[in-house]
Amino acid sequence: MKRLRWLVCWFGICTFGILLIFAIPGLPPVGDVSHPYRDLAVRAAVEHATANTVASVNFDTRAFDTLGEEAIFFTAVLGAIALLRPARHEKDRRLPHSGRVLASTRLAGYVFLGITTVVGWDVVAHGHLTPGGGFQGGIVAGSGLHLAYVAGNYSVLQRIRPLRLLEIGEAAGVVGFIGIGLAGLVCAGSFLTNFVPMGILGGFLSGGTVALLNAVVGLEVGCGVVMLLSRFLEQDLVMT
Amino acid sequence: MADVLMVGALLLTAATGTVTVLTREPRAQLMVLSSFGLVMSLAFLTLQAPDVALSQLAVGSIVVPLMTLLALRVIERHSRESPTKRGKP
Repeated sequence: MKRLRWLVCWFGICTFGILLIFAIPGLPPVGDVSHPYRDLAVRAAVEHATANTVASVNFDTRAFDTLGEEAIFFTAVLGAIALLRPARHEKDRRLPHSGRVLASTRLAGYVFLGITTVVGWDVVAHGHLTPGGGFQGGIVAGSGLHLAYVAGNYSVLQRIRPLRLLEIGEAAGVVGFIGIGLAGLVCAGSFLTNFVPMGILGGFLSGGTVALLNAVVGLEVGCGVVMLLSRFLEQDLVMT
Repeated sequence: MADVLMVGALLLTAATGTVTVLTREPRAQLMVLSSFGLVMSLAFLTLQAPDVALSQLAVGSIVVPLMTLLALRVIERHSRESPTKRGKP
């Protein structure tokens, strides 16, 4: 069995390596000036007043791909939550004894809790202008919340983490994405088309649906990360 | 200058990646994995992909190591407890 696994492993590595060696000479040289895809993507982004071309590709030109990715994230979180749900004999909880936390750790934790939350939502809100967007900002804001556990204790985290609301938030994010897509279908004739007034390139209110889709993705990812980590934390706290 | 940074970041990625694979103790490996995530995000930054760098930073150096650490703790506790106790309703 072990030998078979190694055989499969080496077969994969060798096939991939050989294909890679043949493919590399076909690549354009580093620093080449000819980038047909970049030229088209930048033009499409400017036409829709989206300063961040990457966001324009993700949420405008290829918004349908991103819907698929959001569905993957949603399903993955749902699957993990279902797998990690407490079993029947895992009812008794012990509250983690909040070990000794250095005063400096406590201070840094609480200061950075505020900073990461603001930075996270700032990254979401400016996704159509600067690098980042709903996914990155949502992860930062969602995981940053757990600094409350690092600095304080589990009950502090529980108080700033209304799981019931987050559950609704995560689902609302996905529904919002599909809703914006359907609104495009109704208003402009095709699913996920950018139908909202575009605004001026570089302005906060610009990019049309790109900014809106970033917001709903941020909601979904931010809530999803907290839900996911909550189940992992809970598993660690249950008594078996 | 940009080329030097890029090559440096790629070499660092290769080095931390190798160390991650060669570290066998799970907890130590997690810490190395976390720094591997950080180095990867620096590599993406030098390749002028700040969007990807941000995702990598958040997922690779925070969420994945945290989830794995919690999973490890649960596994360790399960194996510490007497096997007869497990699986009882």
